[in-house]
Amino acid sequence: MPSLKDLRSRINSVKSTRKITQAMKMVAAAKLRRAQAQAESARPYAERMERMLASLGAAVANSPTAPRMLVGTGQDKVHLLVVVTADRGLAGPFNANVSRFARARIRALEAEGKQVKLLTIGRKGAAYLKREFASRFIGEITMLGKKTVAFSDAEEIAGRITAMLEEGGFDVCSLIYNRFRSVISQVPTEQRLIPAAKEEEGARPAAQVPDGAGPQALFEYEPAEEEILNRLLPRNLAIQVYRALLESAAGFYGSQMTAMDNATRNAGEMINRLTLNYNRTRQANITKELIEIISGAEAV
Amino acid sequence: MADGTFQFELVSPARLLFSRAVEMAVIPAAEGEMGVLPGHAPMIVALRGGVIRVRENGQETERLFVAGGFAEVTPTRCTVLADEATPVTTLSRAAAEERLREAEAALAELPLDVQPERREAAMERLLSARAMVESAEAA
Repeated sequence: MPSLKDLRSRINSVKSTRKITQAMKMVAAAKLRRAQAQAESARPYAERMERMLASLGAAVANSPTAPRMLVGTGQDKVHLLVVVTADRGLAGPFNANVSRFARARIRALEAEGKQVKLLTIGRKGAAYLKREFASRFIGEITMLGKKTVAFSDAEEIAGRITAMLEEGGFDVCSLIYNRFRSVISQVPTEQRLIPAAKEEEGARPAAQVPDGAGPQALFEYEPAEEEILNRLLPRNLAIQVYRALLESAAGFYGSQMTAMDNATRNAGEMINRLTLNYNRTRQANITKELIEIISGAEAV
Repeated sequence: MADGTFQFELVSPARLLFSRAVEMAVIPAAEGEMGVLPGHAPMIVALRGGVIRVRENGQETERLFVAGGFAEVTPTRCTVLADEATPVTTLSRAAAEERLREAEAALAELPLDVQPERREAAMERLLSARAMVESAEAA
């Protein structure tokens, strides 16, 4: 039986924990609103970019000089996985979910005899994956100390990926991140970055028969298609990364908010239980004392 | 679009800056300024750094600086995907000059045997920064 003093200090400590989790929940909610707004305001650009790329890609994909970023290296041996997690914890299963998803992917790819390279964004995922796959790491990026996701961050990451592609560092590049579905639901997702050609077109666009004149053929290009494409593709890569970072940030705050809400509720329950326990012990002590006094008086 | 206007949209990666029906827009295409009127032939053009001028109700109403990007033109619509966009009135001259200096330094640092594409990209950034300084001065 814990003493009254122990119980009292226990209750106090849980109370201050509850205060902290409550504050964290509030902060996460405020940040979530901002992150969500940012993710939403980035959407128009990405949508229009996609539309433009679709019409351009179809015009160029079948030419033998199509840029590598669009059609890949024609091989499928070395996979680069870019895993986006958060830098901080205390967000429920947020980081563990992406990391576990990434681990399953790595396992699956290696079972197929593919070589895997890893680039992580965010400290938490790096820590998790390093335990098992340290030899596959080619880099890790943290966004610690940055309040919001800036487009220039995404550009930097995209620049690294591009540089690697030019050196022939990989054949296929995918992005793994938490897609923000709602405040309470984030879904680990894999998204193909390179080759950028649409997946439903099949893995080998080179083998495709030209569709002939689609609606795309109506556009005039200035300068030529390929030149525009050469500028558009790196841009698109940066946009995809940017979008993933934003989604991940929004998902993180959503997840943290939910986790902290739960923690606050659990702390409340615990306080109730401890208080009950405390009162019962106090009562028992009083009863015990009374019995002692009465039996002492009777003995006299 | 009725009465001689078309939908003009300007988006940067961070947000949608401008979306209205306008009479004319002049955009800084890579190969020279280009005026867009309603019913323009469909085109996709690359942009260099420069100022977009928008005409509404017979007047020039808006001047926006873009640091490069792309534009998609159809008969009823013109969408500009800018790498970066700011209204000219809010451009800061000091920031523009700072960027120009950086771009100059980056170009000067490039080794001589670098791939021509990278040199071109650096050159483009320099030109874009120069355009930014000029438009900041003009404002």
